[in-house]
Amino acid sequence: MSATAEILDSVQSGYKWGFETDIEMDLAPKGLNEDIIRLISSRKDEPAWMLEYRLKAFTAWKQMAEPEWARVQHPPIDYQDLHYYAAPKKKAGPKSLDEVDPELLKMYEKLGIPLKERAILAGVEPDPNERPQIAVDAVFDSVSVATTFRETLSKVGVIFCPISEAVRDHPDLVKQYLGSVVPVADNYFSALNAAVFTDGSFVYIPKGVRCPMELSTYFRINARNTGQFERTLIIAEAGAHVSYLEGCTAPQRDENQLHAAVVELIAMDDATIKYSTVQNWYPGDADGKGGIYNFVTKRGACRGARSKISWTQVETGSAITWKYPSCVLIGEDSVGEFYSVAVTTNHQQADTGTKMIHIGKGSRSTIVSKGISAGRSNNTYRGLVRILPSAAGARNHTQCDSLLIGDECGAHTVPYIESRNPSAKVEHEATTSKIAEDQLFYCRQRGLSEEDAVNLIVNGFCKEVLKELPMEFAVEAQKLLAVSLEGSVG
Amino acid sequence: MLEIRGLTASIGEKPILKGIDLVVPDGEVHAIMGPNGSGKSTLGYVLSGRDDYTVTGGSVTFNGIDLLDLEPEARAAAGVFLAFQAPIELPGVNNANFLRTALNAIRRAHGESELDAIQFLKLARAETKRLAMPDDMLKRNVNVGFSGGEKKRNEVLQMALLRPKLAILDETDSGLDIDALKIVADGVNALRSPTFSALVVTHHQRLLDHLVPNRVHVLAHGRIIRSGGPELAKELEKSGYADVLAAAA
Ligand SMILES: Nc1ncnc2c1ncn2[C@@H]1O[C@H](COP(=O)(O)OP(=O)(O)O)[C@@H](O)[C@H]1O
Ligand SMILES: [Mg+2]
Repeated sequence: MSATAEILDSVQSGYKWGFETDIEMDLAPKGLNEDIIRLISSRKDEPAWMLEYRLKAFTAWKQMAEPEWARVQHPPIDYQDLHYYAAPKKKAGPKSLDEVDPELLKMYEKLGIPLKERAILAGVEPDPNERPQIAVDAVFDSVSVATTFRETLSKVGVIFCPISEAVRDHPDLVKQYLGSVVPVADNYFSALNAAVFTDGSFVYIPKGVRCPMELSTYFRINARNTGQFERTLIIAEAGAHVSYLEGCTAPQRDENQLHAAVVELIAMDDATIKYSTVQNWYPGDADGKGGIYNFVTKRGACRGARSKISWTQVETGSAITWKYPSCVLIGEDSVGEFYSVAVTTNHQQADTGTKMIHIGKGSRSTIVSKGISAGRSNNTYRGLVRILPSAAGARNHTQCDSLLIGDECGAHTVPYIESRNPSAKVEHEATTSKIAEDQLFYCRQRGLSEEDAVNLIVNGFCKEVLKELPMEFAVEAQKLLAVSLEGSVG
Repeated sequence: MLEIRGLTASIGEKPILKGIDLVVPDGEVHAIMGPNGSGKSTLGYVLSGRDDYTVTGGSVTFNGIDLLDLEPEARAAAGVFLAFQAPIELPGVNNANFLRTALNAIRRAHGESELDAIQFLKLARAETKRLAMPDDMLKRNVNVGFSGGEKKRNEVLQMALLRPKLAILDETDSGLDIDALKIVADGVNALRSPTFSALVVTHHQRLLDHLVPNRVHVLAHGRIIRSGGPELAKELEKSGYADVLAAAA
């Protein structure tokens, strides 16, 4: 059998993160209505303005319809058949390891979180002089269970906490910025998120501060039939600098689970926000059963002059991905970047890309998208570059490459370019290639196994994106690519 | 020792090799010559295990092991190396990384320790220097944007690093200038030992001047129609394949 035929024949190997954690849960009844929203709000001890915000969003959502333009297909989602709140019963914030639910610790272990970090997650403040330092926030279903390094960060004025806490402790900041980049009614899923979001991270970097460590959040959906609606808000004041990374996993289940997050980034003058995602939600089995529906709205506003927002994503999971991390380039000479690797295998569907909206003079954007499709999957890049009349001298460069493994998968490139300033320069390059039989043979003739050969070729294909990830995570991402494609090779 | 007995192979339904008998004892270099389309490259692919080629009969043993039974990577580990007539490009894959991965795969298969990046670079730099190749050859992506001659030299570099027991060179000298040709020949000569043998596919006596083969075989229409000593190549260079073909017909 030819190698390609074997690839097509193969089934995906197991999803390593597909375990379920048996923790006593506080679970809201299924369904979505005002009472449920009130319940979420009261569980979170929210002020009245937050509840109002949610209720308004709910009203807006009820009048909206699911978008249909994406190249994804799924049976209708019954929004009344989900739990909108699920939390481990033991209260978060333990003082010693003994107080932490051992199941939670086991989960961290299975997620591959290093032992030291596990202890940190359990609430022990670590030695700030140790390297590398990564502050972690872990969001488990609807609540943030632990945030590390908070004291170290607060010494330089950096706020890194669950957003539910920020609503209570930093209401002015939250009121000012929440929904300022992604308005409630921006789209169907953002409205839903605004109504029912449960947790996520809040980051505030004051003027002139370089965040002394990587910030990172682990998102984990565990409870059955729950939706996860996280909300993340990152604000970088003038001259501030922050690098943030999120990782996501979920148990292996036959039914589909919904994830609809909203992420808003705000960068003022000379500020830089680097936002990296390694998304590995459960993708469903080889027959396309189960998996996460990932409908995410991520948008950054470069409000200040010379501000910069850079999105890097490695997307290997989810049954369906609907996600367009975007930059609104308002400031003069502001910079937007989007580096993406999206891998689809089996029956996965990904419709992902970015939007770069150029408003400021001399604003620049770079888009590098690498789509890898195997099995019967479909991988679509959808990107918008819009140059407004005010954006004199704006520039965009888009590089969009697709790699096919086998003959039954699809790669699609849908670029929209709208330029309303003649001095702007927009360049778009696209390529589609296949892992050719002769490439695999060449590698194998030199002694590499077929799997190593595929990894080498795939990593070569993604190199420009992987090098944008923080060092520690680039290695993880490479491993993840290898694991994701493991089943694709005979 | 390489022993090929009655080997037949097809591509799809089309028979290409129609009964090859060939023995290459340890330490010997044999040249394979023959008109275009006669099956020379096919022989190299079949020996190294390429998928689209179906072996329909015969046997191949190398140092006593049945080669046809092995996956391509296992054949590589057993010491088989094919210098491709048209080396393949691997976009984004750094040449040094590729070579190190390959070398370590083979070292692993032999139960040897893997080389780290620094150990490998030291080794690779020594070889590039010996082969008069620019250092940046290691930094560039595998064969991407290489000139024809650079690609061929890159094959020789790989051979030098992987130290095969059986090297099959498929027109590695074609399209090379005289200096590059000498480098290819030196590459093979440097490996020569009582435990190394080579099959060298070539159209040119020039390469054989440097290599001096133990035997020369003429392959035509999927069969070896004539074998002889080094003088056979000289004869072919003078009078072409026509006489040999006519005599065999
Ligand atoms: N992929 C292929 N499909 C069909 N025929 C092929 C293929 N590759 C080679 N051939 C045929 O096999 C024969 C031998 O080819 P090859 O081994 O490349 O010859 P040589 O190397 O001696 O020039 C030729 O007739 C050629 O057309
Ligand atoms: Mg040939």
